[in-house]
Amino acid sequence: MRRLIILAITLLLALLPALNLAGLGVSDFVITVVGKWLCYAILALSIDLAWGYAGILSLGHGAFFALGGYAMGMHLMRLIGPRGVYGHPVLPDFMVFLGYQELPWFWWGFQSFPFAMLMALLIPGALAFLVGYLAFRSRITGVYLSILTQALTYALMLAFFRNDMGLGGNNGFTDFKELLGIALNTPLARALLFWSSLAALGGCLWLGTSIARSKLGRVLVGVRDAEARLRFLGYDTLQHKLFVFVLSAMMAGIAGALYVPQVGIINPSEFSPGNSLEAVVWVAFGGRGTLLGAVLGAFTVNGLKTWLTSVAPDLWLFVLGAVFVAVTLLLPRGLIGLLEKRR
Amino acid sequence: MIARLLAVLLFCALAASARAQTSFEELVPRLGGGFGPAAEAAQALGTQGDPRALPILRALSEGRLLRNAEGRVILDGRDAATGEAIAAEGATRINLNNRLRVVLRGAIGRLALSSPNAAERRAAADAVFRTRSAENVPLLEDALSREAIPEIRALMELALGASRLLVDDVTVQRAGIIVLSGAGTAEARSLLLEARAAKPELAVDIDAGIATIDRRLAIRRGFETAFQGISLGSVLLLAALGLAITFGVMGVINMAHGEMVMIGAYTTFMVQEALRHTAWAAWSLPLSVPAAFLVTAAVGVVLERFLIRHLYGRPLETLLLTFGIGMMLQQGVRLIFGAQNREVLSPAWMQGTLMLPGGLPVTQNRLWIILFGLAVLALTMAAIRFTRFGLEMRAVVQNRRIAATMGIRTGWVDAMTFAFGSGLAGLAGVALSQIDNVSPNLGTGYIIDSFMVVVFGGVGSLVGTLVGALTLGIVNKLLEPYAGAVLAKVAVLVGIMLFIQRRPKGLFALKGRAAE
Repeated sequence: MRRLIILAITLLLALLPALNLAGLGVSDFVITVVGKWLCYAILALSIDLAWGYAGILSLGHGAFFALGGYAMGMHLMRLIGPRGVYGHPVLPDFMVFLGYQELPWFWWGFQSFPFAMLMALLIPGALAFLVGYLAFRSRITGVYLSILTQALTYALMLAFFRNDMGLGGNNGFTDFKELLGIALNTPLARALLFWSSLAALGGCLWLGTSIARSKLGRVLVGVRDAEARLRFLGYDTLQHKLFVFVLSAMMAGIAGALYVPQVGIINPSEFSPGNSLEAVVWVAFGGRGTLLGAVLGAFTVNGLKTWLTSVAPDLWLFVLGAVFVAVTLLLPRGLIGLLEKRR
Repeated sequence: MIARLLAVLLFCALAASARAQTSFEELVPRLGGGFGPAAEAAQALGTQGDPRALPILRALSEGRLLRNAEGRVILDGRDAATGEAIAAEGATRINLNNRLRVVLRGAIGRLALSSPNAAERRAAADAVFRTRSAENVPLLEDALSREAIPEIRALMELALGASRLLVDDVTVQRAGIIVLSGAGTAEARSLLLEARAAKPELAVDIDAGIATIDRRLAIRRGFETAFQGISLGSVLLLAALGLAITFGVMGVINMAHGEMVMIGAYTTFMVQEALRHTAWAAWSLPLSVPAAFLVTAAVGVVLERFLIRHLYGRPLETLLLTFGIGMMLQQGVRLIFGAQNREVLSPAWMQGTLMLPGGLPVTQNRLWIILFGLAVLALTMAAIRFTRFGLEMRAVVQNRRIAATMGIRTGWVDAMTFAFGSGLAGLAGVALSQIDNVSPNLGTGYIIDSFMVVVFGGVGSLVGTLVGALTLGIVNKLLEPYAGAVLAKVAVLVGIMLFIQRRPKGLFALKGRAAE
């Protein structure tokens, strides 16, 4: 039954860009917005994998998302080529403006799509490995880890705001032209990006579910509920936690990489701690520990946000705050829990 | 009748003073009586030090002073000596020769340097410094002996040192070098460097002088860095103290702590507005201290009783809950007060800069905040150590169930502890209103730093909070000149992450059973 519902919803979603291409009542706005939600859903999924299963509440997952986005942004900037305002064949506009003579070394290779995509995975993954290894090794858990990851994304935000990072400073990257030879402002590009996001979400959901059902998933739940006991039983919890944390960061990186070409901009405010917290609340609202719940939460909260910010923008933060309060006090198992209780 | 009597008295008084020396009224007309008498008169006016002479001598040196056929000296259509209005028709300009110019320069400089107006003296000292010449030396020595304001004294000393360097006498030049190195400023240093190029024979003395200055400048820079660091540290201390109570003692992660700080700052603003037109206006800041404490403590009690207590023992949920509360509080304040900054004025006794001996500047409001932070810390420690409430609080932290069997109302203690922590945040808000913009997102900038302070210092230790706050403040300011403000902050955050590797429980970790 549940499978049928999921399949039906997926098909319906997949149909949206087709209808848009055919000019049958689905506006460009809907495609962009729902495409964005799909990326958010991947981010929520990645947070849920770490938080819901292994009990690692990262308040800095927005950083991995943004890093993936920056990797994609760098690729898109390279593709602009001589079409920039200054018309420089290699350097992006902001570098010409800042007086760069040549491309900094960390920009090398980003003109290649496979390389950029690899970086969108590897950079968040490597950062997660470093932070995770240091944190888990000295057994930093619970709220300490949360605060630490929040500080991490805050530090990255401050760093990326600097102009001399060579990454666009506070303006970030924007004014992208094309991806894989397709102009980004065409309906076809939007449709393809939408389908890619949907496919990525499906892939991540499948991967997450397989992990959850495997023995590894059970060990992770054990880590969440009684890490010390598991350690005494002879499990190397460090490895398990590190694995799921890095995997989760890579998923967030994919989400960011898909997000940037759809919204057409990436700047350091994506690193702001508030973004990561908002993403955590999607998961909590949908129901943590159930991957489908995370996806559901991302869609409902963002749907609410899109609707409310157009109807009553002043109220949105109250409602979001209320969602935080309600979810923690009244809905500990989220929407999924509510639905299951009904049945 | 009385007026006439007064006039007679005045006349007698004037006559008396005129007997002692040639009077101002007599001297001024002589300025028009040929080069020789004019120079003598100018000299006399300069030594007498009558401030009325200054504009007249200036006019003379600029060629604006006139003389009519009767021999009266006219400045801007008035008799310069008596101030009566007088027609300038047929009057001629008084000419100058070189001797008169020299005398005039000295007299004007002396008059300006001894002017009763401090701004005039400062300008004069500055002018003498810029047009430095050997002749100014006696002038400046004389003025220095009478000057009382330290700032102007410093300027005059600088001018004197610079002028002495130009005197054709090695001993005086040496004295000048000593005065300049005593001034210990960057300006004096560049003057000495200039002189070193011009007078190679004095290189040894000058190098010693420059070394003295460099030492003093280094000390001053060190002092300034330390002061700024302690100042930032005291701000962090205030912001983190409340967290040290709610997080350290109760284990409650309060992400709305920053918003409590913000509410404290807005309470300060409200108190100021309420008292604006009353006799109490000058006392609004001291009065805001209890007001902010009570308001934020009340908000804290409400939050604890209705929301947070349901989530004890579930820190991650508490974190999300309080973040949501913070979001609503912030948006609520934004809707009520608007998103723009509100201005909280500093009372007069907090403004300005204090000069410590040795020319070390100290911003008054920063100094007050340091003192305030230390006072709040001392009171907090005393409250925990010596009061009944503090005793009960410690008992509940150590063993909740045994405390309950002893008849302590643990729920009430929880509420009061949370209220206490929130009230401390309110006090931080009062302090921050003096140095930061009072806006709805005032608290967000401090919350992460405060958590870092608590984690770094050791959860549950107030001494750790103090040491943590000061360390972070000073390290931040030490790194700033090399790395810039943003990178310094990033470096500190990364440093703390690495530090936690070595000592996961912070600097002052609780030991024994209480640690688990």
